[in-house]
Amino acid sequence: MKSRYLADHAAKRLVFMLGLSAFLILVLIAIFIFREGFPAFQELGLSLFGTKWYPSRDAFGIATMIVGSVVVTMLALAMAVPLALGCAIFLAEVAPPRVREFARPAVELLVGIPSVVYGLVGLVVLLPMIADISGRGSGSSVLAASIVLAIMVLPTVTSISEDSIRAVPPQYREAALAMGATRWQTIRCVLLPAARSGIIAAIILGTGRAIGETMAMVMVIGNSPIFPDSIFSPARTLTGNIAVEISHATGTHASALFATGAVLFVMVMIINGIGLIAYRRMAR
Amino acid sequence: MFRWVYIAVSVVLVFSAILVAGCGGGSGIDVGGSTTVQPLAEKWASAYQEADVTVSGGGSSAGVKGVAESIFDIGAISRDLKSDETDKWPELVPYGVAYDGVAIVVHPSNPINNLSLEEVRDIFASGSSSTWTVVSREEGSGTRETFENKVMGEEEISASAEFLPSNGSIKQKVATTSNAIGYLSLGYVDDDVKAVAVDGVACSTDTVRGGSYPIARTLYFVTKGEAEGDILDFINFCLSTEGQQIVEGQGYISIR
Repeated sequence: MKSRYLADHAAKRLVFMLGLSAFLILVLIAIFIFREGFPAFQELGLSLFGTKWYPSRDAFGIATMIVGSVVVTMLALAMAVPLALGCAIFLAEVAPPRVREFARPAVELLVGIPSVVYGLVGLVVLLPMIADISGRGSGSSVLAASIVLAIMVLPTVTSISEDSIRAVPPQYREAALAMGATRWQTIRCVLLPAARSGIIAAIILGTGRAIGETMAMVMVIGNSPIFPDSIFSPARTLTGNIAVEISHATGTHASALFATGAVLFVMVMIINGIGLIAYRRMAR
Repeated sequence: MFRWVYIAVSVVLVFSAILVAGCGGGSGIDVGGSTTVQPLAEKWASAYQEADVTVSGGGSSAGVKGVAESIFDIGAISRDLKSDETDKWPELVPYGVAYDGVAIVVHPSNPINNLSLEEVRDIFASGSSSTWTVVSREEGSGTRETFENKVMGEEEISASAEFLPSNGSIKQKVATTSNAIGYLSLGYVDDDVKAVAVDGVACSTDTVRGGSYPIARTLYFVTKGEAEGDILDFINFCLSTEGQQIVEGQGYISIR
C-alpha cells in the first residue's frame, strides 16, 4: 500500500517537474534574447525603429521589416482563412466519408512538409509566373511570400477549424435541421457560431506560424529592407533579417539582430494575447 | 530492474565515446571562416596526408574571431584584416594563399559586354528599377566587402536591391532573371551567367593575377602568432605547387 502511494507521489512530482521545465525553457530563451539584444536597445535607442538598415554604415533601423512581416502575414491570412474555412466545412459537414478518409490525412500531411520545400517550389514555380505578370524583375515579392505562407498555414487552420466544427454537439445540428433550416443555414447560423472559439484559435495559431516562418520567406521575398510600395515589391521580414545576417554579425550588429528577435517575440506575444482575449470573449 | 540500469549505462558510455571521438584529441588542424575559401580549404584538407584537417564555414569575421579566441587553428578570410581587428588582436598573422576576382555578372541573354566601374557603382547605388534587378550579398559577406571597397567607395548599395545569403543563390537568381545584375566570386562563374568586362578588362585568372582587373582580393589563412609545427606544414602544403594546382582546379587564382 505504502509503495503504491510513493509511486503515485513520485509520478506527480515527475510530471510537475517536466511541466515546469517546459515553462523554464521558454523563460530562459526570452531572457537570453533580451539580454543579447539589450546593448542594441541601449546604444541605438529609438533609432532601432528607424527606416534605414545598413549595419556596416551604422544604420540599424528595423521599421521596414516590422512592416514587411505584418503585411506578408496579413495578406497570407486573407488568402488562407477563407480557403481553410471552406475546406474545414467541406471536410466536417459536406464530404462523403470516403472522401473525408482520404482528404483529412492529406491535409494533415501538408503540415509535415519542411518549409524549405515550400520555399523551393515558390522559387522555381511562383517567381517566374509573378515576374511575367508584373513585368518587374525577378518576381521576388510580397505577393510571392504571402502565397507561399498562405499555403503553409492552410493545413493548420483547416484541421483545427474542422476539429472544432465536428466538436459541436450533434443536437445543435439536429435541432436546426428539425426546425426546417437548410444545410447551408445550419452551417452558417448554428455550426460556425458554435465553433467560433476553435476557429479563432486556429487563426491565431496560423498567424503565429506565418509571422515566424523564415526559410521559405528568405527564398522568395528578396530581402530588400524597404517599405513595399505594391504587392509586387520585394521586402524583408524580421525573421529573414536574422537568418540572412547572423552568421557574419559581431558587436552592435549581432546585438541588433537579437533585438530584432526580441521585437518579433513581443509581437507574437501581443498576437497570442489578443487571440486569448478573443477566445475567452467568444467562448462565453 | 538491473536490465534498465545496464541499458542506461551503455547509452551513456556510447554517447561519451562519440563525444570524445568527435573532439578528436589535439592532433588535428581546425580551419574555419569564409564560405568563399571553404570549398578550397576542403580540397586542400582532403589532399593533405600529414594531419587531419577539419574545415567549417561561418564567414570571414567569424574566422578572425575564431582564430583569435583559439577556436580555430587557422582562420580563413576572403578580405584584408580590418584595422579594428588588428588593433584588437595584434598577434594575428595573415598568409595569402590564393587570389580571387569578384566578377560582375548578368543574365546570359543580356547584350551588355562591358561596364565602367562608375556605371556599376551607379547601378548598385540606384537599386532595382525597370531596367535592372540588382542582386547583392548580405551584410558581412567577404565578397560584398571587397565589392564595396573596390566599387562602391562612399556610395551605398541601394536598399531596393535583393539581398541573398550565398554565392550559389546569387548565381541562381542572376541565371533566371533576364534583367538581373549581381557580383560573384570568380570560382562560381560558369555558362549560366555572363561576366561582363569592367573598364574594358575581362575578369579572368590572368587579369586578376596581373592586377589589371579592378575588383580582386587575396584570400588569407590567419594564424595566432607566426605559424609553426603542423600548422606551418599545412600552410606550406597549400602554397606548394600541388596546393596551388588545387587552387586553379577550384576556379580561384594561384598566388605564384
